[in-house]
Amino acid sequence: MTDAADTGSGLAPRRGFLSQLEIDLRLLGMIGAFALLCVAFGVYTGGTFLTPRNIFNITIQTVSVAIMATGMVFVIVTRNIDLSVGSVLAMCSAVMAVVQARWLPGAVGLGHPMIAPVTILTGLAVGTAIGAFHGWLTGYQGIPSFIVTLGGLLVWRNVSWYTTSGQTVAPLDQTILLFGGAEGTLGPTWSWVVAALLSLGVVWVIWSGRASKTAHGFPVKPLWAEGALTLVLVGAILGFIAILNAYPVPEAKLRRLFEARGLTLPEGYTVGHGLPISVLILILVAVVMTVIARKTRFGRYIYATGGNPEAAALSGINTRWLTVKVFALMGFLAGLSALVAQSRLQSHANDIGTLDELRVIAAAVIGGTALAGGVGTIWGAILGALIMQSLQSGMGMVGVDTPFQNIVVGLVLIGAVWIDIVYRKRLGVR
Amino acid sequence: MASEVNRTGTPLVEMRDIRIAFGGVRAVDGVSIDLYPGEVVGLLGHNGAGKSTLIKILSGAYQMDSGEIRINGTPVEIRSPRDARAAGIETIYQTLALADNLDAASNLFLGREIRTRLGLVDDARMEAETKKIMARLNPNFRKLKEPVSALSGGQRQSVAIARAVYFNARILIMDEPTAALGVHETAMVADLIKELKAQGLGIFLISHDTREMMELCDRVSVMKNGKLVGTERVEDVTEDDILSMIILGRNPRREAA
Repeated sequence: MTDAADTGSGLAPRRGFLSQLEIDLRLLGMIGAFALLCVAFGVYTGGTFLTPRNIFNITIQTVSVAIMATGMVFVIVTRNIDLSVGSVLAMCSAVMAVVQARWLPGAVGLGHPMIAPVTILTGLAVGTAIGAFHGWLTGYQGIPSFIVTLGGLLVWRNVSWYTTSGQTVAPLDQTILLFGGAEGTLGPTWSWVVAALLSLGVVWVIWSGRASKTAHGFPVKPLWAEGALTLVLVGAILGFIAILNAYPVPEAKLRRLFEARGLTLPEGYTVGHGLPISVLILILVAVVMTVIARKTRFGRYIYATGGNPEAAALSGINTRWLTVKVFALMGFLAGLSALVAQSRLQSHANDIGTLDELRVIAAAVIGGTALAGGVGTIWGAILGALIMQSLQSGMGMVGVDTPFQNIVVGLVLIGAVWIDIVYRKRLGVR
Repeated sequence: MASEVNRTGTPLVEMRDIRIAFGGVRAVDGVSIDLYPGEVVGLLGHNGAGKSTLIKILSGAYQMDSGEIRINGTPVEIRSPRDARAAGIETIYQTLALADNLDAASNLFLGREIRTRLGLVDDARMEAETKKIMARLNPNFRKLKEPVSALSGGQRQSVAIARAVYFNARILIMDEPTAALGVHETAMVADLIKELKAQGLGIFLISHDTREMMELCDRVSVMKNGKLVGTERVEDVTEDDILSMIILGRNPRREAA
């Protein structure tokens, strides 16, 4: 197999349409599966599944798991696992709830503008610290991450219980509530601004990648392929924003908002939701994590360590410290997800984030992250989270019983990995 | 070997009275060896004789219990692979030590990535540099974009060697560099060793193949049970002498004299 290519058969074979586009077949397969899912549920529900309202809801329900799934990719790529993320989320949420609803209002007064930033920073710090501690136990003390985080799963769930004395904490700070979804959206105008910026970003990435290849004399894709790819991506961004903008804010809520400012709602006035702040956070996380994975030394070392830990260490990479950093990043993202989750639920309850660790791991694995380490992508994990949430919401709308929903999700998880294994064998990749 | 090595100046590497023990077992017990510029010194011995352990001390993978290492006459502290690299020491391991999931360029520059002004890794430039050095070392090498798991043993070996050559190593450690290779690829590595030697590098070579060692090395050091049996110039000994040093732990010719 390998030698055939070495000798070089003279002329390069004529390349197919897809190979000229240089698109990952796995990505294409996942997008295809997702599209099929949407169409099937769309038909079955008579179009209800594909309404702007439902798409908006699925999107904001996906955010919390998707944010953590991006961090889980790094954890799994370095041949570790984190079973504690649901409990760490609960722990961060509990601390944030207590800080914003009990401590700070007593010190600075209810509704003070500093409450939200202090609360958020505290939550993120708690998550990062817990993650770093897990990473230290794994990297420096040599305890398997499975054990460390299995312990963490039990410990943090119940430390969070004591933090709030087992009570549900509500109402939350008004600014915090903006990070959950429907309560905090950008509105149509700013959503279009974000769409324009993202589109420019796509164009810049594709163009600068091409320029840098040309500068070093490497072959580039044909211009039409580059152009088609740009059009599809920009079209997807603009279409997504258009859908979110098409979901109007309910009239009762508009009236309440106007009354809060001492105005009356004009007759026939409507406005769309636009991009939720939580989704904007997910987009930023996705971009930053992708840059880390592909363009930084930190990311390169994560993948190298996953591929061959011994080789990485012999190359002078401090794999122990790397483990601490990867788990700290996972903890930070769990803290961020805690903000989104408690804001969406508009309260902190003891069961927040229960079973999230399994959803997060499933999302990463469905997205193509290999438990053997070394392989996994950020976009895959996000798409995995989206597929799982769509499946669950769709089945709910169709009227499938909850127990059966879980059976299906479990089967999909196993099926996705099975297809991946068959696909890899066919292509002869490891 | 034909070319004469000048051993009158300061040695490139001096390892003096090196000792290391693992849980009571003296893996390396008071060994002293040296290496001059443009010289290939072979390390021979049975499995478990301590060759690889000695060499891993020099490459920073293990830390010695006692002893001294001098590079160009200056004592150095080698506490990690990073220290060894900083001292101009590159190692090519038996297991090749490549990250299978990454491409050739990522492996070649692993731990020493070229970065852009923004501090991001500059993949295009690293790929271009890899292409350049590979054109020199192994003109058949084309699979720049693929994970190294897709490469043959010889191609993987050339990635490992390219790492040493690209970063201008002065001291090269090769731990069974031809163990996993075919005949043609072994010859390629042998040519490369001669070329690097001509450029003035010092090379420590570990191998089980006595004949190969007689051909490539200027001197051979034989170890047994963690101790140095002796160091001989290859022109002073026969293959049989070396074998009895390895097996019996003494040099019959010296004892006869």
